[in-house]
Order: sequence, then structure tokens, then C-alpha cells
Amino acid sequence: MNEAVEALPPDSASPRIDVTPLLRIIVPVVLLLLWWIGTALNPGGLIPSPQDVGTALWDLAFGGIYDDAFSKMLLPDLIASAGRVYGAFILAAALALPLGMLIGRLRIVKELLEPTFQVLRPIPVTAWLPLSMIMFGIGPKSAFFLVALGAFYPILVNTVFAVRSVEPRLFEAAQMLGVSPARLFPKVVLPASLPGMFTGLRLGLGFAWVVIVVGEMTGVQIGLGAMIMDARQLSRTEIVIAGMAIIGVAGFLSDYAVVLLGRRLLAWSPQHG
Amino acid sequence: MTEPLLQAINTGKIYPGGIEALRNANLTIAPGEFVCLIGASGCGKSTLLRMIAGFETITSGQITMRGKAVTGPGSDRGMVFQDYGLFPWLTIRKNIAFGPIARGRPKAEAMATADRFVTMMGLDRFADSYPHQLSGGMKQRVAIGRVLANDAQMALMDEPFGALDAMTRERLQDELLTIWRATGLSVVFVTHSLEEAIFLADRVVVMSPGPGRIVAEERITLERPRDVSSPEFNDIRRHLASLLHADHARVAA
Repeated sequence: MNEAVEALPPDSASPRIDVTPLLRIIVPVVLLLLWWIGTALNPGGLIPSPQDVGTALWDLAFGGIYDDAFSKMLLPDLIASAGRVYGAFILAAALALPLGMLIGRLRIVKELLEPTFQVLRPIPVTAWLPLSMIMFGIGPKSAFFLVALGAFYPILVNTVFAVRSVEPRLFEAAQMLGVSPARLFPKVVLPASLPGMFTGLRLGLGFAWVVIVVGEMTGVQIGLGAMIMDARQLSRTEIVIAGMAIIGVAGFLSDYAVVLLGRRLLAWSPQHG
Repeated sequence: MTEPLLQAINTGKIYPGGIEALRNANLTIAPGEFVCLIGASGCGKSTLLRMIAGFETITSGQITMRGKAVTGPGSDRGMVFQDYGLFPWLTIRKNIAFGPIARGRPKAEAMATADRFVTMMGLDRFADSYPHQLSGGMKQRVAIGRVLANDAQMALMDEPFGALDAMTRERLQDELLTIWRATGLSVVFVTHSLEEAIFLADRVVVMSPGPGRIVAEERITLERPRDVSSPEFNDIRRHLASLLHADHARVAA
């Protein structure tokens, strides 16, 4: 994005103004305007106006407007969902990282597990919902399982790819410097594949946020997904949209934190540094 | 002659597909000797170098280092690759310390060694940079530095300056000679440039393809630093060129 800005012709008369923030808000502002105009032209419609959603957000956060079952529930719902997202993500990473390394480097493990995962992977998390509720019961355990499932595959696939695509030259370099074959894994494979694994973790965490609503369709009482489901049943569409916005912003901030972390840890990698 | 550091005796390489990359190569390298392998592509010069390094299996004959058969890579033979092969996740200093640390030297000692070679290679300003921040010439300095820091007795260089621009290449050739003289290292240097071979080597080994083999050896006795435009230099170049192209000449005749 910075390159695009630099490519603009320099204005010799006045000091250059950084237009990046402007570029970044154009699309959201236009979308908001279209939404507002659309609902203003059609006052009796089923889609609530931005003002309605704003009011709902305020009530969700601080209460004092409707004082119903949704009021002041934003923080508890957000904490419950974020807890599930991060907990399930950590569980998924704890399983997918070692499994991915084994599948990527050991032929026997690859032959043993890869075909199974290839078949399981295309099955959507939504399809697992009924089975998950039978296996883990109605409530948070099922939600946890479904979110972990959503985060698992991106981490697995990227880890397998990362450990498999280590430049062969680096093995030769390490060996001629005195690294024994048994120590190539910690000395070369692991550090060389960190950027790829990191990409997997980033995608996995993103997916965890994507599937949180499905995960919380399992009859949990509290959480952003549960809130959206409840509001839907009560036709409180302004709360549904407020919930969508909260998930979007939470997922964005969560991803941004991961990107900052990556820049710190992977300063050596041209893709991350 | 002193006891050879490295000896290749009737060394051959046939790849599993049946392609014969090298036939009956005999080569002796003395301690401190600078030898260039030269030849057209397919002449087996890189194969021979990689067999000396231990990266390729030997399918006939044998290669010995200080009388011991070469069976795999070892830190006594350090390799400098054309594409550098630096560890992108390590700073320049840590790249150079990699070998000593891998061989179990205490960390402080390894870092002190690394610092010495960072300075020797003129890399002080880049000690804490990462490889992707360096130019090709600088990266190749790091690659040479890490072989030196690892107490290698022999540096194996596979067209190390092939990817560099002409100015950088000439500078690195001069620097390599300076380092070679200061350290007493043996060097086996693969190149396809006659000028580079004659400028650098004590001895030029001429190889020919189909199957790859050694066809001639020429000792270069010109005083260093060598003047690439001198008549003596050109005489040698002409002579070696005729050896290099002997095959074509025979076909043409």
C-alpha cells in the first residue's frame, strides 16, 4: 500500500501529504452512506438503519436505553467468545503444529495421516454441528470443538508446506559446517519454517473468529454467536448487525496484534520484517 | 611434494538414471594449494567438487582427505555456494558463529571467533543485519567468513562469484587471494571463466564433458598479483583455451 502512495507524482509546491488514511476509509464510508440512504428511502423495511444499529451497540455496551436481556451484555459476550476463540485456537495449534511437522518430514506419518486429513478437510464446520452436539453435548464444549476444528486445518496445511519447502541448500550448508543429520531438524527445519507456520497460525486464528457464530449455535448461553442467534429469533436485526460488527472489529484487532508480533519475531524474513 | 591434503583416485560418478557425470578423475591437492577446476557445463566440475564436499556419493574410485575416505559432509571441507546458502533467520555475526556453535564450542568463544571474521571480511557495519539486507558481494563475504571461522582446512567454492557484477567479482578475487595467503587454506575453486582461473590458481585443472573427465592440468607460475593484460597471461589463456576446445576441434576436423 505504501508503494502505491509513493508512486503518486510528488507535489513540488507543498510538502507531500500522506493519503493512506484517506484511502483506507473511503470504502467503509461509502458503504455506510449507501446503507443509510437505502434504509432512509425504505423506512418500513426489514433492514435497520445505521442509527438503529448504533443505538443497539450503545445499549449492548452501556445499557440505559432498552434495558432488556441484551443490555450491557457486550463485554460478557465478547469475553466469552474471545475466550473460546483463543482457547480453541491454542488447542488447534498445539495439535496441528507437531502433526504438521511430522507429516511434512516423516514419510511414514505422511502416508499414515495425510489421506485421512485430505478427506476430512473439505467437510465444513457447519456440517459437524449435529455430530459435535451428540459427542460433546449441548453447550460450550461443542462450541470449543467446532472453533478448534475451524482453526486446525489452516495451521496444519501451512505447517506441512513450510517444513517441506525448506531450501535443500540450507541442509548442505548446515552439514558442511558440522551439523549432524539428527540435529538438522532443530538447527535448520524449525527456524526455516517459522514464517510458514506463522502464516498458518494467523489464518487459523482468523478462521476461529469466522466459525465462532456457528460454534455458538450449539446452545451456549453467552457469547457473541449466542447473542446473534437469540436476536435473530426475536427479529432484533439491529442487534444481529451490531454483533456482526463486533466480531469484525474483534477479529481485525486480534489479527493486527498477531501481525505486530510477527514483525517483531520474524524481523529476518523479508515477508514479515 | 608434501603429503597431499586431498586425493581423488579414479573417482567416478554414475547417477541412478545411468548418466555418467564423471569418469576416472585423479586429483591431488596439497595443503595450502589453490586449484581451479574449469570446463564447459556437463564436464563434471561441480560433481567432482560436490563429491569432495561429501554431498554426492562416489560410485567408483575414492576420495580421501588426510588419508581418510570421504563418506559425507564434514567441517574440514567448507563449501561456498554460488547462491550463498546463508541462514536467513540469523544475523551476519550469528551466521558466522553457526559452525563453531554447531561443533559444540562455548557460545562466548564462538561469538568472539565470529567477531574476528566479521572484521576480517569487512562486515563490521553489517554484523547485526540479516542476509536479505545485504548485496550479493557482501553475502558471499559472509559465506567465506563462516567457512574460515569453522577452521576448515579446505574451501570448496562452486562458481562463487558467478552471480556478481564484474567490479564486485574482481574485488572479491583480490580479497580471496589475500585471505588465502594469510590463512594457508587450500582452495578448490570451480569456474567457467579462464581469466578467473588463471588469475587465481596455482594450478588449473581442465575438464571436458561427455562423460565428464579431467583432460589436462596446468601449473600457473606467474608472479602475483597477476596482470590479466600481460602477454604471458594471454599466452597461458590461449594455451588453456585450446585444451578446453580440443573436443570441438576434433569434431570439426
